Amino acid sequence: MIDRDALWFVIIGLGVGSFVFRYAFLGLVGSKTLPDWLLRHLRYTGVSVLPALIAPMVLWPAANGGQTDPVRLAAAAVTFAAAYWLKNVLVAMLGGALVLIGLPMLY
Amino acid sequence: MARQNVKASFWRGVTQALPFFVVIVPFAMLFGVVATEAGLNVFEALTFSVVVIAGASQFTAVQLLADGAPAWVALISALTINLRMAMYSASMTPHLGPAPPWTRVILAYFMLDQTYALAHVEYESKTLTLEEKIAYFFGIVVPIGIPWYIFTVLGAIIGKSIPSSYGLDFAVPIAFLAMIGPMLRTRAHMLAAFVAVVLALLFAWLPYNLGLMVGAFGGMITGAQVELMTTRRSPE
Repeated sequence: MIDRDALWFVIIGLGVGSFVFRYAFLGLVGSKTLPDWLLRHLRYTGVSVLPALIAPMVLWPAANGGQTDPVRLAAAAVTFAAAYWLKNVLVAMLGGALVLIGLPMLY
Repeated sequence: MARQNVKASFWRGVTQALPFFVVIVPFAMLFGVVATEAGLNVFEALTFSVVVIAGASQFTAVQLLADGAPAWVALISALTINLRMAMYSASMTPHLGPAPPWTRVILAYFMLDQTYALAHVEYESKTLTLEEKIAYFFGIVVPIGIPWYIFTVLGAIIGKSIPSSYGLDFAVPIAFLAMIGPMLRTRAHMLAAFVAVVLALLFAWLPYNLGLMVGAFGGMITGAQVELMTTRRSPE
């Protein structure tokens, strides 16, 4: 059983901390222009953070005990390929879901 | 005319975010289920989702607490996962920074992976006024932010009666991969993503999810450097 004080400490701390991160630049910098070198780096935030976040999840899924799972790997490959070539987020997600659910049925 | 464009931007946001509703629903319900299994009641699970509104970090925090980790370890681990939000915030500043102060507070609260990813693509690919950008952002919040609360509650109520079906855990990677694909427009974007992935995997052993930070910063530096080299070679 989780200790109630610990739970509320984490909920409030995480809520406040996460908001500070989210507000940091948007709220405090506002309409002041950011320097060029910073903007140049920021253009690559999305393509850096999101892949870095999911790469370990794809290769070593926790639900599979951290072991590489061929089905999840195939689903990831299909999703990415569809997203890259078709540039259609919904079709890519559906393709990945289809592989994820359909492939185990073929065994 | 301007008012019509703002309205159109809002609805474009709603429509373009609809696919993510399909991802948010199982993800939020899963959090409700996991929270209940860790001993949280419906009110605590909902408060968690409203106050924090960041899935990956919520799962981490609950998991660590349930495993008996000290509260500060759970807090710091979950916070490091959300450090990326500061980068999103910085990245959105050139677009949304001129918004009124209170609007910025609300926009910041709804700065999530999915809202950021969609807004980023929209703002980079179109020329929009500030009002249109804000309207678009609030449009995406409707199918993404609001269901996060509702389905957390539903998951918490249904709780243990749901079997943890195969592959539900993989909804998040699938959704993100689908978002990354269209972002890889230039060689700089591709190399940034590649370096980010390699570094994140190489440094996955680091505690507190620092591997994510190494990967993210490595990718951003790579992208910026490649962009500099490309523009130097072929000045436009």
